[in-house]
Amino acid sequence: MSIDIDTARKVAHLARIAVPEENLPALADQLSGILTFMEQLNEVDVTGVEPMTSVTPMRLKRRADVVTDGGYPEKILSNAPDAREGFFAVPKVVE
Amino acid sequence: MSLNELTISAARDALRKGDTTAVELTEACLGAIEGAGALNAFVHHTPEIALEQARGADARIKAGDAPAMCGIPVGIKDLFCTRGVASQAASRILEGFRPEYESTVTQNLWDAGAVMLGKLNMDEFAMGSSNETACYGPVVNPWKVDDRRLTPGGSSGGSAAAVAADLCLAATGTDTGGSIRQPAAFAGIVGIKPTYGRVSRWGVVAFASSLDQAGPMTKSVRDAAIMLGAMASHDPKDSTSADLPVPDFEAALTGDIRGKKIGIPREYRMEGMPAEIEALWHKGAEMLKDAGAEIVEISLPHTKYALPAYYVIAPAEASSNLARYDGVRYGHRARLGQGDGITEMYEKTRAEGFGPEVQRRIMIGTYVLSAGFYDAYYNRARKVRALIKRDFDTVFAAGIDAILTPATPSSAFGLGEMANADPVEMYLNDVFTVTVNLAGLPGVSVPVGLDARGLPLGLQLIGRPWAEGDLLNHAHVLEQAAGFVAKPARWW
Repeated sequence: MSIDIDTARKVAHLARIAVPEENLPALADQLSGILTFMEQLNEVDVTGVEPMTSVTPMRLKRRADVVTDGGYPEKILSNAPDAREGFFAVPKVVE
Repeated sequence: MSLNELTISAARDALRKGDTTAVELTEACLGAIEGAGALNAFVHHTPEIALEQARGADARIKAGDAPAMCGIPVGIKDLFCTRGVASQAASRILEGFRPEYESTVTQNLWDAGAVMLGKLNMDEFAMGSSNETACYGPVVNPWKVDDRRLTPGGSSGGSAAAVAADLCLAATGTDTGGSIRQPAAFAGIVGIKPTYGRVSRWGVVAFASSLDQAGPMTKSVRDAAIMLGAMASHDPKDSTSADLPVPDFEAALTGDIRGKKIGIPREYRMEGMPAEIEALWHKGAEMLKDAGAEIVEISLPHTKYALPAYYVIAPAEASSNLARYDGVRYGHRARLGQGDGITEMYEKTRAEGFGPEVQRRIMIGTYVLSAGFYDAYYNRARKVRALIKRDFDTVFAAGIDAILTPATPSSAFGLGEMANADPVEMYLNDVFTVTVNLAGLPGVSVPVGLDARGLPLGLQLIGRPWAEGDLLNHAHVLEQAAGFVAKPARWW
């Protein structure tokens, strides 16, 4: 599978990473190289094999759906690049 | 011998006998760190915390309440969240981040009385095999044989360099595809990745959640057993943490492996493998045989597909895990232009905050998970992963106790030497280690010899799930037989 410049642009956008137009050809090349390496997986017969979901046969633990933590908004906000009046602040989202 | 050169076990015994104090040990390490700026291993220094913890440890030892790690100065990989102390996964995007909480592993260590010297350099978000993707600049391997500065490996390169250079008695590492075992081999130290679920992942910055596992990096196998025991626990805050008792790993080091079956997987005999690695592997098998083990040739037929499967699964998981770095809740936010909205904020923040390798892996992960490709790449890789695990299940069911392989395809290479290489060439460093993560097994790297240039080489032992004690016993036998005592000559 080879990735063209349009696909590279689309993937960058999906990943929310700004990639300058002039860097797209090199990126497309690198991504293609990595994907070509992955193509080897097509040689494997995986008929009837279930995709692995957990490394050890364990049942994920459950617990009662109750609040076990919280009540310290100032700690939650302490690392925010922009926090005001108890909220995370971001650029305007709706007009 | 100065105090910072001690092993954990020697320091423990000296502390208990009253021959030294945790404060003296800590001061020796802080002095060594101060003189080792050229290695760039420690990137955040916490001498005040260290001395306070050391005084607390001395009080505990005096009171007769001293677990094995009490008073032992350690370094912590920058991937672990430590309360109030910079924890940025060697990434610009977490610049300034000071967690309000402590990872379970580090909390376990502090509860056991260990002393934190500071945070250790690593590849950005643990993505790399040479420590060159760090926002702090590369770590330099204390081993040096000519004019070149060598890589300590990655991603736990700071941990490996710090332990090898005696800046600390031991360090924490994490291993997603080989990030404990490869740097341990490059630096001539011991590193174990435990069974997936043995050690809590809570508070460890996530890379690929189904593969990540933390473990100790130490100067001896005994130290690895001691420190793993302190790091491991069942943790309700990590739903994949195993609800199993933590055995006394040190007590498992009997030195007796008579009658054990050691598998030598024929698929690990890679084309173009350096003769020195092949010879070392053979020598390691002979050592185990001389100790009374039986050497058995085995087959792990899907080995060659482990790397491509890994490089689908790990980036896929990383792309979702790293979606949280968006400039809203913590870390870096890009300066925005007039009229920039929230999408521009995300895109600029992530472009500025993530280095090239991390960006590449996020985009690969995004691609393999995107509509239309999910089955072709991601699901196929997970099916191949099931087959790789089945390979191991089969040989263990046939009575194999441990598997012996090389740890790395070469000794440490020069910093910058891979700068123009294809990303895939760098990925080949993980060829012997990555299968273990995919199968969730424990694996340990043990220094066994030096190559012709005088650089350390390691062998890897792979064990049955949850049998770290038995695995470490095999590693202990190998360590004793190899008698690896070489140390890097100080140049820094």
